[in-house]
Amino acid sequence: MARPGKVSRQDNMSSAASSVRELVTPEGVPLGIVIGSAASRFMALMIDFIIIGLLMLALFLLLLFAFGTFGGNAMKPIGIVIALSGFVLRNLYFLLLESRPKAATFGKRLLGLRVVSRDGGPLSIDQVVARNLMREVELFLPFMVLGSMAATGDAGGWAVLAGFVWALGFSLFLLLNRDRMRIGDLLAGTWVVERQKVKRVDDLAAGETAHFDFTDAALDQYGIAELHKLEDVLRSGDGQAQRTVADAIVQRIGYTGPMPDDRQFLTDYYRGLRAHLEREVLLGTRRQDKNDL
Amino acid sequence: MNRAPSMHSATIQSVANFRAEREADWAAFEALLDRLDKRGPKRLSEEELLQLPRLYRATLSSLSLARAISLDQALLAHLEALSLRGYYRLYGNRTGLGSRVARFFLIDWPAAVRALWRETLAMLLLLVIGGVIGWGLVASDPSWYGAFVPPELAQGRDPSASAGQLREMLFGGGDGFLTGFAIQLFVHNSQIAILCFALGFAFGLPTILLVLYHGCMVGAFLQIYASHGLLVDMGGWLSIHGTTELFAIILAAAAGIRIGTAVAFPGDRSRIDAAAETGRSAATAMVGVVVMLLVAGILEGVGRQSINITGARYAIGGLMLLGWCSYFYLLRARSRFDHG
Repeated sequence: MARPGKVSRQDNMSSAASSVRELVTPEGVPLGIVIGSAASRFMALMIDFIIIGLLMLALFLLLLFAFGTFGGNAMKPIGIVIALSGFVLRNLYFLLLESRPKAATFGKRLLGLRVVSRDGGPLSIDQVVARNLMREVELFLPFMVLGSMAATGDAGGWAVLAGFVWALGFSLFLLLNRDRMRIGDLLAGTWVVERQKVKRVDDLAAGETAHFDFTDAALDQYGIAELHKLEDVLRSGDGQAQRTVADAIVQRIGYTGPMPDDRQFLTDYYRGLRAHLEREVLLGTRRQDKNDL
Repeated sequence: MNRAPSMHSATIQSVANFRAEREADWAAFEALLDRLDKRGPKRLSEEELLQLPRLYRATLSSLSLARAISLDQALLAHLEALSLRGYYRLYGNRTGLGSRVARFFLIDWPAAVRALWRETLAMLLLLVIGGVIGWGLVASDPSWYGAFVPPELAQGRDPSASAGQLREMLFGGGDGFLTGFAIQLFVHNSQIAILCFALGFAFGLPTILLVLYHGCMVGAFLQIYASHGLLVDMGGWLSIHGTTELFAIILAAAAGIRIGTAVAFPGDRSRIDAAAETGRSAATAMVGVVVMLLVAGILEGVGRQSINITGARYAIGGLMLLGWCSYFYLLRARSRFDHG
């Protein structure tokens, strides 16, 4: 969903930046993309499985109804059809939905996720196929290992445990890397990322004439980081925070004039500071923060 | 302490102009993307579709410019997200599924199989070696049979069975619901094949073991029948679907091995890149394998139960093998022709 004026916050950089990756478009412009979290991946999978489960249930009831009229031993053919259609349905569901332009299953769509190619090129059907074929293995391998080892019977408890842990590591590979890739994503060369939608909002610096005037010395006190924090505070509309920030600025620049309205003061200071810093940017210096001289 | 308000307002003016001049394009682009999301590309006019790449490039260039001159982070965030949406729309998926399917059968599948020819030969050899081992061990000591063939697959076809019982299995025609068994086998075989493929990732070792084991199983089966003088009939029973099925499993293993060797010896690529690159082409071969197994399942369920003449079974099996080989290895001329 749209998050108005969602901006990358400097203060929780560590948690936000760790999930941001750079994707370079074929035109050579780098775009920041946000890797989907493990929790939302899991939720999306659950939703998809519930949908597939409901489809299977509907199919089962339909078959029961159709075969039931013949009477007799209907369960066996029904079981076989279910086994086959379960396999086909599961794979087709993921394949068809992820090869559409939205590149997402219903679960992923609800969680705001989509599949992209890691190299910035188009997502090919082959990649969708590769990542979804692997899902079969990733999900069922631990159980297959357990099953086959239990069936042969001559493997000791430790061997079964080791095999199970190995298989589990295979299945939970997603949790073991920063890019939240399944083995399937790794092989297919894909990422699952968040769909971002950011509303366009008015420029704070545009609009009515200034009430306050600041000297160059007063504007020289801060850098880009503070400018962005000031923008956040102004857009949040939080009176308390604006009060605090206005006090801090007044203190730092040694302002002694009248102070009728915090918001007006901050807006004017923002406008002045931005023009000041943008002019510096045009001249080739980016002053990162107030300590950057 | 000199004041320079004129300078400041001039800068604000230029950045504001930049926004004012281009904002209409951004809004048009966003509206177009919204319509695409809601209604899909088919409901858009030709005019609108032609606008899409133009507006995308305009937005992308605005983003580059804004990054250079503007410190309005809300605007930057909006332009970046808008560019990303446009990028997904334009570059997200390439072809429609229909044309992709046609291309797959005409060009990609045979090409992917041809690219695996070395691995395919190696896996065939491995399967034969496994067969010889299985045959030899069961011939020397029938109790080995139980180690190779799980009882639920054997279904009574074990060393203690009489020639009559075994013959009944070959020509008996099953238990009424013929196709059922075959469909279960298809699901089972597909999972084996996918496992062969997927386990290749672990440097290919599990795949090699799986293929050897499969060979042992076939060898053990053959030996049991040979010891009762039913080898020729068994061969027919096996070949009607087996040429397709074993070929499919060999191809799956070959695809797995290809990934395994790429991971083990990535050359000057990183291991992850190597795995991704080979994984993509190997996956193409794998989809074909599932198709082959479906064909094998149908041959097994319908053909084997209704055709009871050993010669006819050999003929069908042989023809299928010939068909697959010419499809994979001779269609080459055609795809070359396509590319000019």
